Amino acid sequence: MTDTQKPVKDLLTDYDIFDPEFIKNPYPGYTEIRESQCPIAHTERYEGSWLPTRYDDVVAIAQEYETFTSRQILVMPPAAGRSEGPYAAVGAPPITSDPPDHHWHRRLILPVFSPQSVAQYEPGTRDLCNALIDEFIDKGVADAASDYAQHIPVRVISKMLGVPLTMEDEFTDWVRGALENITDSERRMKSFRSIVEYFIGEVQSRAANPRENDFITELMNTEVEGKKVPIEYVLGVCNLMLVAGIDTTWSAIGSCMWHLAQHPEHRKQLRENPDLWPTAVEELIRVYAPVTMARIVDHDIEFQGCPMKAGDRVLMAFPAANRDPRQFENPDEVILDRQNNRHVAFGSGIHRCAGSNLARLEVRVALQTWLARIPEFELIDPTSVTWAGGQVHGPRKCMVKF
Amino acid sequence: MKISLDYDSCHGHQMCAIAAPEIFGSDEIGNAKILITGDVPEALHGKARRAESNCPERAITITE
Repeated sequence: MTDTQKPVKDLLTDYDIFDPEFIKNPYPGYTEIRESQCPIAHTERYEGSWLPTRYDDVVAIAQEYETFTSRQILVMPPAAGRSEGPYAAVGAPPITSDPPDHHWHRRLILPVFSPQSVAQYEPGTRDLCNALIDEFIDKGVADAASDYAQHIPVRVISKMLGVPLTMEDEFTDWVRGALENITDSERRMKSFRSIVEYFIGEVQSRAANPRENDFITELMNTEVEGKKVPIEYVLGVCNLMLVAGIDTTWSAIGSCMWHLAQHPEHRKQLRENPDLWPTAVEELIRVYAPVTMARIVDHDIEFQGCPMKAGDRVLMAFPAANRDPRQFENPDEVILDRQNNRHVAFGSGIHRCAGSNLARLEVRVALQTWLARIPEFELIDPTSVTWAGGQVHGPRKCMVKF
Repeated sequence: MKISLDYDSCHGHQMCAIAAPEIFGSDEIGNAKILITGDVPEALHGKARRAESNCPERAITITE
């Protein structure tokens, strides 16, 4: 019997982030843990981990990067064989980096993801959203997750990376292998190898024929302290862009679609008051924060009464923190014009999601484009919606009619 | 009202610029940049307070 098949006895001491019910709807479980005497739960499953659920605890852990390191960042231990072989040194910088290297690992990519840089992708994102809608608008039904949300970030990231859109299905499969099916160690390794081997090919083709205005070429030619950056760094950043840039944002868009399909009053508000978009996007991202990231404890420490040992895994449940009533009034309610919203969907501290401005843009444009053409829509059958969860939470099948 | 930014604490969430785009923008790496000099105009006091209360790093301070 694997860890994921044993029934959960007690959430506080035996939680299972891959339990099918928890994947579908993790929020009641987060609330139960957060409001208990023991808001940092522990489990022995998947080689053990801690699960802080209160906003202040999650933020404190994200801030304390020397104690809570990024040696591993996934909610599961690494796949067998991940630390061996020729690609062992390829991570996903800067997410997988700690200071001091973290500083330059991050500094090099930040300009590409600033609000002013990502603005150039808005017209293309709108076009691709329109093209997706063209495919199904006459049918009166669509899968808001797999016909729409799923295709948006992968195409935007492919464009940014300067790789062909024809790779969409492969990228999607690899990213799901790396993030969604992570109890399947073999599939994870296969996905990782596929990603690295694909980008080795892209790097080799650019080494032979450098390209103008090309993200990968520019990254390959970047120098740090007089030396070109190592190839592992270039491959690692490409790996990050796929793994962190696709599944996450598509999950956020999908959750927003799922929400809007059930809330005509919010569709109406957004149609009638376009000034709402900036706060509305933040609010939807707060409530449906898709990502949970892990840290590895550097040295034995007592944190909020929990005896954490060097090497222990801590899961920063940003979705739980974002619904902490100590930080947010009516935390489970979507309030599109919420004024105080210090949410941490994109993390906190030195590892704040590097792609957050792009993610916001994609979410906003996806929802705006859909609502402009399909102002009214609803779920066909709420019970038929399926979800991914664990590391990244969002709908995978979400049939709507209009 | 005066507004100040602790640049070392800023990690580029850009939530200040979303709350108060007249007051905050983005520098080359996407960290916050104060766009106004001197006092915050009265009409923007509400937005300035929102920027302060939306910063996940608590890097913004308002003095009145």
